Amino acid sequence: MSAVIAETDERVARSSTFVRIMRRPEIGALMGAIVVYVFFSAVDTTGTFVGLNGAARWTDVAATTGIVAVAVALLMIGGEFDLSAGVMIGTSGLFAGLLITEYNIPVWPSIALTFVFAACIGLLNGWLVVKTGLPSFIVTLAMFFSLRGINLGVTKLLTDTVRVADVDEGEGFDSARTVFAAELWEPYGFKVAVVWWIVLTVIATWVLTRTKFGNWIFAVGGDKNAARNTGVPVNRTKIALFMYTSMSAALVGIISLLRLRSMQAGQGVGEEFVFIIAAVVGGCLLTGGYGSAIGASIGSAIIGMAFIGIAYAGWNTDWSWLFLGLILFVAVLTNSLIGKRFQGGRK
Amino acid sequence: MTNENHSGDTAALRLDNVTMRFGSVIALSGVSMHVDPGTVTCVLGDNGAGKSTLIKILSGVYTPAEGSFLLEGNEANFASPRDALDRGIATVFQDLATVPLMSVWRNFFLGNEPTVGFFPFRRLNTKYAKTACKSELFDMGIDIRDPDQAVGTLSGGERQAVAIARAVHFGAKVLILDEPTSALGVKQSGVVLKYVLQAKERGVAVVFITHNPHHAFLVGDRFFLLNRGKMIAQYERADVSREELVRAMAGGAELDALAHELESLSSE
Ligand SMILES: Nc1ncnc2c1ncn2[C@@H]1O[C@H](COP(=O)(O)OP(=O)(O)OP(=O)(O)O)[C@@H](O)[C@H]1O
Ligand SMILES: [Mg+2]
Repeated sequence: MSAVIAETDERVARSSTFVRIMRRPEIGALMGAIVVYVFFSAVDTTGTFVGLNGAARWTDVAATTGIVAVAVALLMIGGEFDLSAGVMIGTSGLFAGLLITEYNIPVWPSIALTFVFAACIGLLNGWLVVKTGLPSFIVTLAMFFSLRGINLGVTKLLTDTVRVADVDEGEGFDSARTVFAAELWEPYGFKVAVVWWIVLTVIATWVLTRTKFGNWIFAVGGDKNAARNTGVPVNRTKIALFMYTSMSAALVGIISLLRLRSMQAGQGVGEEFVFIIAAVVGGCLLTGGYGSAIGASIGSAIIGMAFIGIAYAGWNTDWSWLFLGLILFVAVLTNSLIGKRFQGGRK
Repeated sequence: MTNENHSGDTAALRLDNVTMRFGSVIALSGVSMHVDPGTVTCVLGDNGAGKSTLIKILSGVYTPAEGSFLLEGNEANFASPRDALDRGIATVFQDLATVPLMSVWRNFFLGNEPTVGFFPFRRLNTKYAKTACKSELFDMGIDIRDPDQAVGTLSGGERQAVAIARAVHFGAKVLILDEPTSALGVKQSGVVLKYVLQAKERGVAVVFITHNPHHAFLVGDRFFLLNRGKMIAQYERADVSREELVRAMAGGAELDALAHELESLSSE
């Protein structure tokens, strides 16, 4: 080893701490979150948005969005989309609900089977994508519509209605509800989903930035062929990401099933784009190979603040969608400007 | 060069009468060549000559239909490119060697990430990776500014150099370079050729694929000429001049036009 390697190179004088921070993919989302928070604090008519009561509300929306958005972000960094992530919430909630109510399987085994089932759907998504070579956009769009049809069809067939109800009659419901749908910290009533969200964000961030698998995620999304040529198991990495995405949707499905004690057949439809928005607002490139898990969580927090903030401002919640559209556009614009300014020749 | 094998064959690689077909297309027919450790072996050929097909056999992508492929005297029988990689054959494909959005150190260790700790807490040894990457590149004569820099911000030559240094670091016995200079300017080509010699000095058997006889002549110890799927000529460094090499590669028909071009080149 050479002894003459200077600790810092005179040519990197520009890489000050400030530039390093500005280079982080989630920096745009973080600044956006602060702006959105200040904005909704200002227009709040109830006086509770700023406090813990308000936080308990918007973190709940953020958590149920963020749990899946973080997985979607990792998948997107890995170069793929999952448009079936929203409908999977409904599918897995219905799957667990039907096992409990129609087949009298206790709640905990039903939950375990639901995760196995979701893993299989993710495996199928991933396997179809890597085997057919078709864009994941198309493959998972097909999965989206198939599951949407199955959700309605099977639910009607088995229950003669479009919902699965009376899940709380299942054996072990109370303990499962404590784990997945309890409220914490009275009197504010934070949802336990927030804990799941934070823990999963931390784990996803660690996996992405600090492990071998994380390195592979960046590589398969950045350049699939280069990754394959250096010996990265490209297909396995992608399939694992699809499985993680489906399973995270299943977690949210189970959370809402236990929380509401029932499940609508149409649940989750439309959410897939909210997850993608959260990931993109959080700094993920649509073309793959770049982004962060924390960013997707901050993106989810923005979405949570927007949904709750608009209601607290006394506006019609229909405006939330307009707000999401604007946020998406502004965030992507900001990210690309910051990128150009601080990444140098980043492609 | 120390070289363990069981048949007394000193070649790192040996192809004997290898034929490769794609349906009715015969991409390679009866090709024989060998590559010695610590030398640079150039494979020259025009478009469609079969160079890429040859590389894909060497790197484990294709299995030849006929003929034998020996690695240090033993049957290669690669099941996959990963298999070839594990047995010391590293291939640097022209544009497909590094991931532009990833940092230099992440690229350097891609597929061979150093880790610490035990499952489920096994994690990248980032500190080691960064310093090792920087010093390894420095030893190859590549002075990168910052291992956290994205590879996409490096020049084309530097990018090739990172891929070459990586292959050498991970103990490649055979390093295959697929037209590493074809997209580069004169100066950048020179940079890459320098790293080719560095790798050779470390005892690596380098296979350098190119259609540029000038570049080949600068670094090559042995030259194989591939034309329409056949190995038409073989030269040792001592027995050939640059002009002969260019002439042989161009073939009879285009010779006049090329001689003309050559004149303008050598007058530079
Ligand atoms: N997968 C394939 N299927 C059918 N024919 C093929 C296939 N791969 C190569 N060939 C044929 O084999 C011949 C040699 O191709 P190859 O790609 O090895 O040439 P090359 O020397 O690398 O050319 P270039 O300099 O243009 O890259 C060509 O005629 C090509 O059409
Ligand atoms: Mg070729």
